[in-house]
Amino acid sequence: MTAPPVTSAAEAADAELVQRFEHIIARNDRIEPRDWMPEKYRATLVRQIAQHAHSEIIGMQPEGNWITRAPSLRRKAILLAKVQDEAGHGLYLYSACETLGVSRLELTEKLISGQQKYSSIFNYPTLSYADVGTIGWLVDGAAIANQVPLCRTSYGPYGRSMIRICKEESFHQRQGYELLATMMRGTDEQRAMVQESVDRFWWPALMMFGPPDADSPNTEQSMAWGIKRDTNDGLRQKFVDMSVPQSKALGVTLPDPDLVWNDERGHHDFGQPDWDEFYAVVKGAGPCNAQRIAHRKRAHDEGAWVREAATAFAAKHELS
Amino acid sequence: MTDGVRDEWPLYEIFVRGKRGLNHVHVGSLHAADDEMALLHARDVYTRRNEGVSIWAVRADLIVASSPDEKDPLFAPAGDKVYRHPTFYVIPDDVPHM
Repeated sequence: MTAPPVTSAAEAADAELVQRFEHIIARNDRIEPRDWMPEKYRATLVRQIAQHAHSEIIGMQPEGNWITRAPSLRRKAILLAKVQDEAGHGLYLYSACETLGVSRLELTEKLISGQQKYSSIFNYPTLSYADVGTIGWLVDGAAIANQVPLCRTSYGPYGRSMIRICKEESFHQRQGYELLATMMRGTDEQRAMVQESVDRFWWPALMMFGPPDADSPNTEQSMAWGIKRDTNDGLRQKFVDMSVPQSKALGVTLPDPDLVWNDERGHHDFGQPDWDEFYAVVKGAGPCNAQRIAHRKRAHDEGAWVREAATAFAAKHELS
Repeated sequence: MTDGVRDEWPLYEIFVRGKRGLNHVHVGSLHAADDEMALLHARDVYTRRNEGVSIWAVRADLIVASSPDEKDPLFAPAGDKVYRHPTFYVIPDDVPHM
């Protein structure tokens, strides 16, 4: 004898929630914080937004490194404004992530303990002032290519953060390109600095789009949910196609012997980054991983007394 | 770390008036120890490029909100009253200024 199928009221209610969620996604509408969502959708978003927020916060370090040694007051003001923007971008994204039910403190602690990642690009050092320009041009350029489609991501707060961020990133990329163009009009030594910097950052910039689609297990589900709108390889191609004419106008060579225009495809063919290096850096073996986290931890620990004082002041003020 | 710090600062929702004549619009949120700090942080985080002439900071726990459910009966009364829209009324094409 087989038992008749039992559908409890709870199961039916769950099915209705799933259906409603999928209906919102299907009509390309946005999910908002208090909507019901599948646990895996929530977890995927927390992972992606946290990683994105951490990247902005850790991303202040490589460039912050040069603030005290900027070559002019003009460059210093620009660099300060840019690094302050990165802090702001981190805050927009942390706020978006918190709407999914995680706390700011939890996010900070997971960054410091290494449970959550940030973009591997920030584990590379900045060795000359040309790197400030190259980061603006290529690293922020790659970030923009990644982020513009995310303005249409299916989670409302994430998309709104991305819109604000994209507006501001445009200044970042342009100041970097202008910095490099200025150096290219300078001495032979300055031109060599720019080329050396581009040689170091080109491949790590290509890695920013993540592993090839075939090795990106999360992409398919993320696209079905409208969290991601393009594949890693698709975005990488777009970035290469945009960067080639920019590099020509600048007068630098991109360090890829396989880089060539393919008339048939209407795109550039290009070589693959060293993916073993990518996975090694993600796992912590990059040149600056330990330094970046140690610095973040120090800032958090040394700022504790400020947070405590502000809390005490607010409590006292509330009582009086 | 003391409990006072482990307990996070309250969350504030931030609204910015872009220029005179416009409504305050929600732009995002932030944590602050008190109201004054919320305004200062809101200025630094949300108006670095002259985006505003006025800021409201509202403690998130003080906001009263309707249910997020699209089928919320709260909105049902507006659902079947098409006669509240101008397009409900047919006016001949040759009647001007209507």
